Amino acid sequence: MIEIEGVSQWFGERHVLRDVGLTLTEDRIGVIGSNGSGKSTFARLLNGLLVPSKGRVAVDGLDTGRKGREVRRRVGFVFQDPDIQIVMPTVAEDLAFGLKRHGLSKAEIALRVTEVLAEYGLSEFRDHPAHLLSGGQKQLLAIAAVLVTGPRYVVFDEPTTLLDLRNRRRVGKLVRELEQKVVVVSHDLELLAGFERVIVFDGGRVVADGPAEESVAAYVAMHPPL
Amino acid sequence: MLSLHHDARTPVHALPAGVKLLVLFAVGTTLFFVTSMTVLGAAVVGVGLCYALARIPWRTAGRQLLTVLPFAVSILALQWLFSGWETAVLVGQRIVVLVMLANLVTLTTRTTAMIAAIETALRPLKPLGIRPERVGLVVAMTIRFIPVIKEQADQVRAAQRARGVERSTAFLAPLLVKTLRLADGLGEALDARGVDGPRRTEGTRPL
Ligand SMILES: Nc1ncnc2c1ncn2[C@@H]1O[C@H](COP(=O)(O)OP(=O)(O)OP(=O)(O)O)[C@@H](O)[C@H]1O
Ligand SMILES: [Mg+2]
Repeated sequence: MIEIEGVSQWFGERHVLRDVGLTLTEDRIGVIGSNGSGKSTFARLLNGLLVPSKGRVAVDGLDTGRKGREVRRRVGFVFQDPDIQIVMPTVAEDLAFGLKRHGLSKAEIALRVTEVLAEYGLSEFRDHPAHLLSGGQKQLLAIAAVLVTGPRYVVFDEPTTLLDLRNRRRVGKLVRELEQKVVVVSHDLELLAGFERVIVFDGGRVVADGPAEESVAAYVAMHPPL
Repeated sequence: MLSLHHDARTPVHALPAGVKLLVLFAVGTTLFFVTSMTVLGAAVVGVGLCYALARIPWRTAGRQLLTVLPFAVSILALQWLFSGWETAVLVGQRIVVLVMLANLVTLTTRTTAMIAAIETALRPLKPLGIRPERVGLVVAMTIRFIPVIKEQADQVRAAQRARGVERSTAFLAPLLVKTLRLADGLGEALDARGVDGPRRTEGTRPL
């Protein structure tokens, strides 16, 4: 469970989130809203990448400000651009990177890496330089590298924005089938179809919150065709 | 030279990364004290044999040599002009040995192994406040991000050319901005992946 209590966020003078209070318990949660409405800021609060200016965020009772390290172990984060997320030169090394930080032995790491490569169809790219992968493969690698460390929750910030239709569907399927609880920020409404809960942000406030169809309808109604 | 790992099971590949780096370092320093053309010639042949032993295809080896050719040729020409042909040949032999050996190490050693070797080598310096894992991480990330930054540079150049700006140093400013943004994102990504840095203190409330 992720609890967000009376959260406001300022960047300098800019008031980006306004008194947000939410309890996230569902398995599939989507977040939508216009550009600049505060979605990414909200996402970054969930794993303590950002500690709120006011209010409190807690993951399974762990305060993100005080227990940042444990929180980040529990909450994986997938960014829009896999290029910043892949930090090691080759595919296998990048997968091993996260595991090393979780204190696994060399043998365990090698085993896990081989498993995960097979799972994501990346086996043939094991020793491939990461920068030679296609956009879709990079995003799969970035997601795999997060999942390999076994988080309980995964937050995605626009995971399909840079992808073509085929890779979009592939990532969509992957997200739907995850055993973890997920929070997905996206402009890709197809990705969020069937989600238990979709939260709509506008100007830093939650303006709609409900099952996917209802929230998306509310969002669309807020933006009539020009 | 980056990430051109050539996978195979040969004695050269199997040699520990630390040993290979040490040999490279030793050869690199002794080379400059050797002034016999015959010995250096033998060294060139020796490196060639190592390539054969590592079963590096001729084309790969040739390509490696080609990339240093312009550089080597200009040095050779200068040496010939100023110090005579004997010195020029000696210098040429040294460059070939050193570059080919360095490339052989990169071709036959995984980055991970190389980084681990560097970390081990730095371990005695821990009491001086040097953190070997951090140095290793920096080396790995440098290798990873050189192509990314090069790509960004190409993008900036292309965008400027599309707007009619030809050959200018003006591309440095946007590239710097892009690189800084990359660094920012990267810091956050490392955070998210469990590397602890100093906590950021953004999001402060106005008075
Ligand atoms: N670190 C920061 N410093 C200053 N301002 C910021 C920072 N991060 C975000 N902002 C500002 O906060 C507002 C909300 O940004 P945020 O990234 O959360 O929006 P978003 O809903 O994710 O938008 P998009 O759909 O474009 O991704 C924007 O006006 C943005 O410029
Ligand atoms: Mg965003």
